[in-house]
Amino acid sequence: MKIKRNAWSIPYIVFLIIFVVFPLILVGIYALADADGNFTFANVARFFSDSDALSTLALSLDIAIETTALCLLIGYPVAWILANREFNHSGVTIVLFILPMWMNALIRTLATAQLFNMLGFTPGRGTLLAGMTYDFLPFMIYPIYNVLLKTDQSYCEAAADLGASPFKVFRKVVLPLSMPGVLSGVMMVFMPTVSTFAISEFLTNNKIKLFGTIIQENINSSMWNYGAALSLLMLIIIGITAFVATDERDTEEQGGSAV
Amino acid sequence: MKRTLARIYVWLLLLLLYAPIIFIMVSSFTEARALGNWTGFSTGLYRSLFEGDMAGAHSLSMAFKNTIFIALVSAAAATALGTTAAIGIHNLRGRIRKSVKMANSVPMLNPDVITGVSLFLLFVFLGISQGYLTVILAHISFCTPYVVLNVMPKLRQMNPNLYEAALDLGASPIRATTKVVLPQLRPGMVSGFIMAFTMSLDDFAVTFFTRGTIGLETLSTYIYADARKGGLTPELRPLMTIIFLVILLLLAVISFKNRKNVNQI
Repeated sequence: MKIKRNAWSIPYIVFLIIFVVFPLILVGIYALADADGNFTFANVARFFSDSDALSTLALSLDIAIETTALCLLIGYPVAWILANREFNHSGVTIVLFILPMWMNALIRTLATAQLFNMLGFTPGRGTLLAGMTYDFLPFMIYPIYNVLLKTDQSYCEAAADLGASPFKVFRKVVLPLSMPGVLSGVMMVFMPTVSTFAISEFLTNNKIKLFGTIIQENINSSMWNYGAALSLLMLIIIGITAFVATDERDTEEQGGSAV
Repeated sequence: MKRTLARIYVWLLLLLLYAPIIFIMVSSFTEARALGNWTGFSTGLYRSLFEGDMAGAHSLSMAFKNTIFIALVSAAAATALGTTAAIGIHNLRGRIRKSVKMANSVPMLNPDVITGVSLFLLFVFLGISQGYLTVILAHISFCTPYVVLNVMPKLRQMNPNLYEAALDLGASPIRATTKVVLPQLRPGMVSGFIMAFTMSLDDFAVTFFTRGTIGLETLSTYIYADARKGGLTPELRPLMTIIFLVILLLLAVISFKNRKNVNQI
């Protein structure tokens, strides 16, 4: 007699429904309800007429995009150098880039802020961008490194043999092949930066408020419905980003399991 | 020339990345209250951390114990739940498999703030008073996907005939699972456990929203409250240094063991 082993997934499916799917639906329900539980669009409408909240969202998106771009600009060369056999032979250096993540993020950020302070930088947009780039750089480097490492070198050699300049090889062969890594790196940096709250407060000495902070303030001052509406908005932004960026990975995974 | 430039770039970045960590480590050896002041070398903070004779050290050690307790319980539960789930998902097909895997990736993609808010609303909705239990349940929910992701590849690498062979030779399904399947999954379970443990250890936002008002503090929420008050408890410096070094040691031991296993095969 064969026991159906796919039944083993049932406890986790139940768990996922209760603790992952249902809470997200609740965010939507609370967002579209007033304090008495009646259906309303007032919370959403309030956001779009609240110029403070709107400009905070715009600023958060702006900061997140800039941080992601900075991480990509700084991180891509690192990933490329580390994955390149001409420059690097061991896997130790990449580990060195990931290790800082095992220091508690809050205390690391506080130390970063204090260092900036001692160097005489005034807390503000500059320290925020620099500090967040610090915090999230490893998330960009690692996925790109992984993809570049798996790239078949013979493609590059073939392109070079056919007369492409090193720059052209990079632009026409290496870069397109590394796009899946870039996409997951962009996602892994953009998502936490667009929603962060404690880190941005530390880095700017509470001068700059990001979207995560107003979500937190509303929830903590018992404005659950408005807080939920703001969360729903964030969720939509995240959903769009994830949808754009994960498209490719799914097919890759299926290809892998078919072998 | 190109090699030197590349090397300088990489090491310069590493230096910058490690600056805050080195900063904390160095300043753990001075007794100045404020981070960044140097009042001479001293191991006084380490002593008062272990003896607990400084103001605030009691609540700090409480926060430390809470953090470890929550991380251990959540990681253990996530490992058990995630491993059974992985075996189940491995044997699922078609649309259900795809939707379960998608739901599994949601907690990893979701920003901490949203996970925290959504679970907060769940507990409010269900009328569960928030405290240890809700924090642990929340941590299990965002830790388990990492266990599933670490165990799944081991299942894919495993020879499916082994399980069948054990059944043919008369083992009960449970015995075949514990004696044949689980030992092969162990490396995945161990790395899943460690990932879950460190995720839980490092979490701030989810704990912040699900801990309720009973005064439950983990290290992260303690640091946040401390920083908002304006000063960081000095003993945090040696404590964070020790935790970081212990985790490094743990990772080194594991990667060393893995390398040995690979060599044996």
